[in-house]
Amino acid sequence: MADLSVKIAGVEFNNPIIAASGTFGFGREYSEFYSLDNLGGISCKGITLKKRDGNPAPRIAETPSGILNAVGLQNPGVDAFIENDLDWLKEQNTVVIANIAGNTPEEYCQMAEKLSETAVDMIEMNISCPNVKSGGVQFGTSCESVGAITSAVRKYCKKPLIVKLSPNVTDIAEIAKSAEANGADAISMINTLTGMRIDINTRRPIIRNNTGGMSGPAVFPVAVRMVWQVANAVNIPIIGMGGISKWEDAVEMLIAGASALQIGTVLFSDPYAPIKINEGINKFLDDNGLKSVSELTGTIKPW
Amino acid sequence: MKYDVKQFELLSNEEIAGGIFDMRLKNDELAPLAKCGQFAHVYVPSKTLRRPISVCDSENGVLRLVYQVKGEGTQLMSQMKSGEMVDVLAPLGKGFKVEKGKRYCLIGGGIGVPPMLYTAKQTENPLVITGFRNKDLIILQEDFKNAGAELVLTTDDGSAGIHGFVTDVLKDKINEVDEVCACGPTPMLKAIADVCKEAGKPCQISLEERMACGIGACLVCAVKVRKDGEEIMQHVCKNGPVFNAEEVVF
Ligand SMILES: Cc1cc2nc3c(=O)[nH]c(=O)nc-3n(C[C@H](O)[C@H](O)[C@H](O)COP(=O)(O)OP(=O)(O)OC[C@H]3O[C@@H](n4cnc5c(N)ncnc54)[C@H](O)[C@@H]3O)c2cc1C
Ligand SMILES: Cc1cc2nc3c(=O)[nH]c(=O)nc-3n(C[C@H](O)[C@H](O)[C@H](O)COP(=O)(O)O)c2cc1C
Ligand code: FES
Repeated sequence: MADLSVKIAGVEFNNPIIAASGTFGFGREYSEFYSLDNLGGISCKGITLKKRDGNPAPRIAETPSGILNAVGLQNPGVDAFIENDLDWLKEQNTVVIANIAGNTPEEYCQMAEKLSETAVDMIEMNISCPNVKSGGVQFGTSCESVGAITSAVRKYCKKPLIVKLSPNVTDIAEIAKSAEANGADAISMINTLTGMRIDINTRRPIIRNNTGGMSGPAVFPVAVRMVWQVANAVNIPIIGMGGISKWEDAVEMLIAGASALQIGTVLFSDPYAPIKINEGINKFLDDNGLKSVSELTGTIKPW
Repeated sequence: MKYDVKQFELLSNEEIAGGIFDMRLKNDELAPLAKCGQFAHVYVPSKTLRRPISVCDSENGVLRLVYQVKGEGTQLMSQMKSGEMVDVLAPLGKGFKVEKGKRYCLIGGGIGVPPMLYTAKQTENPLVITGFRNKDLIILQEDFKNAGAELVLTTDDGSAGIHGFVTDVLKDKINEVDEVCACGPTPMLKAIADVCKEAGKPCQISLEERMACGIGACLVCAVKVRKDGEEIMQHVCKNGPVFNAEEVVF
């Protein structure tokens, strides 16, 4: 049995597998499958300052080896999250990451301030949601705006701050550097890639929002490439995600440069994926005579 | 633990009408838990998303799913062979609430007919109205008779049974029942809800929406409902698929 624990920005995770924001709600439903301490952590559904109803349905379409979603950040708002869900989450013996999104930098700051007074372990700043009209991704697509919002939120955020990057950019390494320079403690990546499907009979987009964010195995090679590029550019740890669906993918992403991982879409095919992936990583470490999962991080031997 | 995924043994998978298949799946742990109106989330190898299919029947550890081939997923399901193991997350959702001592009218339209069979088996002497586009798509008539239902058949084109819509029959017979349960295309459900409202009869309807997790975590299967005068978002997989028709914002 190898040591699966990892440390990100001073926070100890029992294992490197974290549920990806938006795919796991606030954990209650999946806790009806297995105890949540099987996960290293949970990145909670994205929350906003005020409650949001989200987009009309359909909010999902299937694509070859993946999906498009446009939930539109449906959530009960930060206060309801703190009041109704946080205490329960903190009892689950897993790291609790609050994922925040806003319309303005001030909203991000207000949420970071509120959450800093609570028991959440980390704050993940989502500046990469492609499915809402204002807010989200427009903060995440230029080095200037990423730098500005990161340094603004940093002033209010007393918790370790993770900045979640969008893949819908020209040079993700430059963006990551800007987040690091302005106070990010870690990077998480990638959020979804903007995509679209059209019903050829009705000529209408399948998703009511017209476009959606793509995730699942189809985006995995893109995510690996981006994690590798960012790992070469920054010194803060990376939480890698995007299409991880089996333990081999997890190991690959760690080798590319990730220190921990999030998994989302695979849960929809197999709710037990986190447990199976951890078992697979453990066996790989044992078979290769490695004592700890962190020995894999960034061990790629590029040509 | 409330949810589980199990391997079900495929006992049979036969075409019972043009493009409509009847699948029997055996699992002694999960199949007996199914209640009428709930659904099974079926894993189709090579697909990212599971396919939600209503429970058509559950007896002696055998789950029965009746489904129509629509796209790639159901096409692949139709090619599964007896003896194969099928990965199923079930039973899911909130089904029809049926009470003893009430007479129910159970209405199915097209591929909305299958869940009404298991519901018919849980009720006494139900009035079952089944509607199809034409005679080639008719399914499950013998099964409803064996379940002791008073059965009415309608087709849109008059090629079998009564020429007309299920609502034409419902209007005539609504005074013979206490409550209505229905599953089928949305315009049909809306028309049924209107008839029930006018007659002052409670009405439960089973809705469809595209799904991912199937358990209420990912929030993709949203439906707008009215509760205490306020419009809120609920989710077909967890709060439904069966809803009180009066609450649904069509
Ligand atoms: C609660 C519930 C119960 C259902 N019960 C039955 C049943 O008993 N028999 C039956 O034949 N069909 C039933 N359906 C519809 C069935 O789920 C779809 O026809 C099926 O998922 C289509 O998959 P596909 O791969 O063939 O089509 P594709 O169009 O290739 O599917 C692409 C994606 O869209 C989804 N999708 C497409 N149409 C629908 C739809 N109408 N509802 C939900 N998701 C859809 C698929 O699941 C898949 O994720 C039910 C749907 C729901 C929500
Ligand atoms: C249904 C759904 C909802 C999502 N909601 C959020 C969200 O609220 N906040 C966020 O930062 N990312 C959200 N994401 C993105 C995921 O957290 C993750 O970045 C992405 O899906 C890639 O990982 P995967 O391929 O393992 O799913 C969502 C993804 C899906 C599929
Ligand atoms: S399918 Fe995930 S919430 Fe309904």
